[in-house]
Amino acid sequence: MTWVKRNVRPEQVRELSLLLLIIVAVLFFGAMIDNYFTSRTFNRIASSVAIITIVAVGQTLVVLTRNIDLSVGSIVGCTAYFVGTVLGHFHDLNPLLAVLLAVSLGAALGAVNGMLVAWGRVPSIIVTLGTLAIYRGMLVDLSNAKTVTTDSLPPWLVGLPRLNLMSLGGLDIPVLFMVAVAMVVIFQFGTSYLRLGRRFYAIGSNPDAAALIGLPIPRLVFLAFVISGALAGLAGFVTLARFGNITVESGRGLELQVVAAVVVGGVNIFGGSGTVVGAMLGAILIGTLEQSLYRLQISEFWRDAILGMLILMAVASDAVILQRLRALWGRADLKLVAKAPSAAEAAAGAHSS
Amino acid sequence: MTMLGRLKSWEGLLFGLLIVIVAMNVMRSPYYLGVTNIANLFQLSIEKIIVALIMTLIIINGEIDLSVASVMGLSACVLAWLFQMGVPMPLAIIGALLSGLAAGLFNGFWIAYVGLPSLAVTLAGLIGFRGIARILVEDRAIGGYPLWFNTLGQQPVLGPVTASIAIFFVLFAIVAVILHRSALGRLVYVIGNNLQAARYSGVRVKQVKMALFAASGVIAALAGLLYAARLGSVRGDMATGFELDVITMVLLGGVSIFGGSGNLVGVGLSILVILNLRNGMGLASITGNTQTSVIGALLILSVLVPNIAQYLQSRWIGRKT
Repeated sequence: MTWVKRNVRPEQVRELSLLLLIIVAVLFFGAMIDNYFTSRTFNRIASSVAIITIVAVGQTLVVLTRNIDLSVGSIVGCTAYFVGTVLGHFHDLNPLLAVLLAVSLGAALGAVNGMLVAWGRVPSIIVTLGTLAIYRGMLVDLSNAKTVTTDSLPPWLVGLPRLNLMSLGGLDIPVLFMVAVAMVVIFQFGTSYLRLGRRFYAIGSNPDAAALIGLPIPRLVFLAFVISGALAGLAGFVTLARFGNITVESGRGLELQVVAAVVVGGVNIFGGSGTVVGAMLGAILIGTLEQSLYRLQISEFWRDAILGMLILMAVASDAVILQRLRALWGRADLKLVAKAPSAAEAAAGAHSS
Repeated sequence: MTMLGRLKSWEGLLFGLLIVIVAMNVMRSPYYLGVTNIANLFQLSIEKIIVALIMTLIIINGEIDLSVASVMGLSACVLAWLFQMGVPMPLAIIGALLSGLAAGLFNGFWIAYVGLPSLAVTLAGLIGFRGIARILVEDRAIGGYPLWFNTLGQQPVLGPVTASIAIFFVLFAIVAVILHRSALGRLVYVIGNNLQAARYSGVRVKQVKMALFAASGVIAALAGLLYAARLGSVRGDMATGFELDVITMVLLGGVSIFGGSGNLVGVGLSILVILNLRNGMGLASITGNTQTSVIGALLILSVLVPNIAQYLQSRWIGRKT
């Protein structure tokens, strides 16, 4: 037990249990669905996971700072549609330039969110609930409800989803999936080792203390939203490559899956704790569920109900189980107890009333 | 400026805005202020404005309920599912209302008794309750209800005032009395203002929060039924996104998102502003999507403008001293 305590953090227990849950889910679907363990299933899950993961990495940064970004689905839709339209007109546009275009459009939309939250002092839930509607409305209006079709896109883009980076034991690893993995690696290291990355944790776990030591909180919150927007833009590009046909409805509701992935992945909704890798595990679980449930005969309609339940269990386990784990580890930092007083007092209140 | 003064000026602002919007609409159509059109104005958004009343209480209490639109969908789908199974309509209606109560109690349990943030719990509810609704009706559209149900809420009670409009005004009166004239209303403010202080003074915080979320569930379910009756058919995705309008109505009414302040007069005014604005945009043939964008912008502005005003005010005071 002491060995475990010394070498594993309570948060890692949680990530390991999530990994276990993913394995159980895969085995379950493997037993229920014929021909489940094929490269086709893997490919389908991988491309779905790629999109959720890329957006979830940005969302993680935002949630770490005690905020939330509900507008990502609309940003994905806007960038996918916009870049698709541009590529439809300029076939010989440099691929890198196309990606850059998607990322900068996303970053610009994220900057609007960030400015309103950081300097306008409007709560992020209000800002992004508003921009969720505004960005989508802009898209529908500007597009005249036309659709980007695969035929109009340059061939390199259409072939991109089938492009494999390498073959691993008979499994082809798609490039788009590796883009997501690269983002996870970059941001995991960035948030673990860079001073800037640690600051996101600092302002989320104790904003007052962070302000006292002189951290530029508004600038950091702004940056988190810009990164979230930029990654949503990148995901918009991946969406365009994956589907080819982009309607004005593209990306609608994605924010719910992304928030679910982040929260299920152990990023605390109160800010200040959680990892990018955890968010990716959450995205893998949700992508697997999404792509597998509809192949079960029972119903694809179960997806949302299961998703809702998962979020609730994740948040509840954050408040109840993780607290106990930390206490067991002898590291129950006062900050966390103070932050969730009602959980502690719910226990105390049970005696008094 | 005193707190009271600022509240008054916010409502004054809303009132001015309302007059401008109505004046513009009247210029567009001379029949705008006719009694039938005004009744119609309420009828077209009746479900949202009913839910906005209970949302006012929840936000003043310092919480938020993002799941209301999904609960509306859930109750309508429970009704459709029971109806399809051959359950008599009155029983199906009771079942639908009970499903709303259950959803509200479920939210309330996690928020009040386990102490989870309402934002996370009701976001899970937003997804989960919609999910249950989808499981019940899948991708069908279920219609063919008895005639009396299809006119539920639309039968005239007093001239052009229909039953659902009457329900709204009765609820408005009840919420006004609770919020501004009862002990419970004071508790709602106290909890929203300072949760810790309320707890230490022996306020039954848990029971109040539980009651509010349960009420929110039932009222959202009722609104879902009225919506189903008005449309005459039920689908799994009905009322999706209604939480945007509902929360905008409350915040534009001057209710603080952080809880503890706001009143029903402001919310009543902001409901009128939004109804007239939507109707006016319809008259000017602006599409539904642009209308939603405008509502989204209003939502942000309703919090941003007071913030900027406060900032300028503090700058002004700083310069004088």
